[in-house]
Amino acid sequence: MASRLKPAVSSKDHILGNKNAPLELVEYGDYQCPHCGRAYPIIKEVQEAIGDSLKFVFRNFPLSDPHPDAFNAAVAAEAAALQHRFWEMHDIIYENQEQLDWRSLLGYAKKIGLDLAAFKTDIEKDSVIGKVEYDFESGIRSGVNGTPSFFINGEKYEGGWGAYDLTAYLRSLLVSFRV
Amino acid sequence: MLAIGTQGPDFELNSTPDQKLKLSELRGKRVILAFYPADWSPVCGDQMTLYNATLKFFSKHNAQLVGISVDSKWCHLAYSQNNKFHFPLLADFEPKGMVARLYGVYDEKEGECQRALFVLDEKGIIRWNYLSPVGLNPGADGILDALEELDNL
Repeated sequence: MASRLKPAVSSKDHILGNKNAPLELVEYGDYQCPHCGRAYPIIKEVQEAIGDSLKFVFRNFPLSDPHPDAFNAAVAAEAAALQHRFWEMHDIIYENQEQLDWRSLLGYAKKIGLDLAAFKTDIEKDSVIGKVEYDFESGIRSGVNGTPSFFINGEKYEGGWGAYDLTAYLRSLLVSFRV
Repeated sequence: MLAIGTQGPDFELNSTPDQKLKLSELRGKRVILAFYPADWSPVCGDQMTLYNATLKFFSKHNAQLVGISVDSKWCHLAYSQNNKFHFPLLADFEPKGMVARLYGVYDEKEGECQRALFVLDEKGIIRWNYLSPVGLNPGADGILDALEELDNL
């Protein structure tokens, strides 16, 4: 099945990098998934290599049965977004993937300098929990079949996602745009 | 693989060690038949785990998911408990692969079901089907698109 990203990236998404970049990489990820943990530094490397031509978007796809802490971790990152610290939280969670119980998540919130009282209220909010559920449903509708799943300029990417493969593919796309 | 528009042949298989499920008992509901090669193999795990997380979206469309492989009822029980599945896994075990053969999705060489999906309507008529490459989890988007299309009829 040729799967396409539904809905397209919008201002509701967390976007890192140049918003007008010609290349758009979307990851559906689960904070407790070890493969996503492996992808985390790879994405950083790819961003470094491609620079301003790439924007990166992260959407939540927590699979709660195998990963009981994944949903709460996703909620924590969305709550941090309300204090404009989404990516700081996203990063610290992936850097400490083995410890995602509430106490640890609170510790990370503190470490990145969140207002803890506000954070504790925000993690209970329907809008914050709803964002995680909304992302999950969009992933299902887009043909996400495991994590991490990647979409490049709206199309599901089935190639290898090692830094070398991903960078080479993105560069080849850039070249094709210039022709 | 049985074509769209055909009546899905009825069958009865074990859903637990002491219970059987008959397809025709599900009339009035839409049924998603997910044939898969084997319990415990990594790709299947992903597919069934994904569907387990997708159940609430299926039920919004009045659809019941059923997984089918040639594994025994005891194997299914262990697999299902291990992964906390909330949908039945049917054992197409004796005669081996009979239901998969009925639906035209039996892999004779491997002695396993192919990775195949069918969506049946409330009357048991096949309204959508999909045969996936065996190593690739087909996701749930095709199923949901098909269910949505049925809603719009």
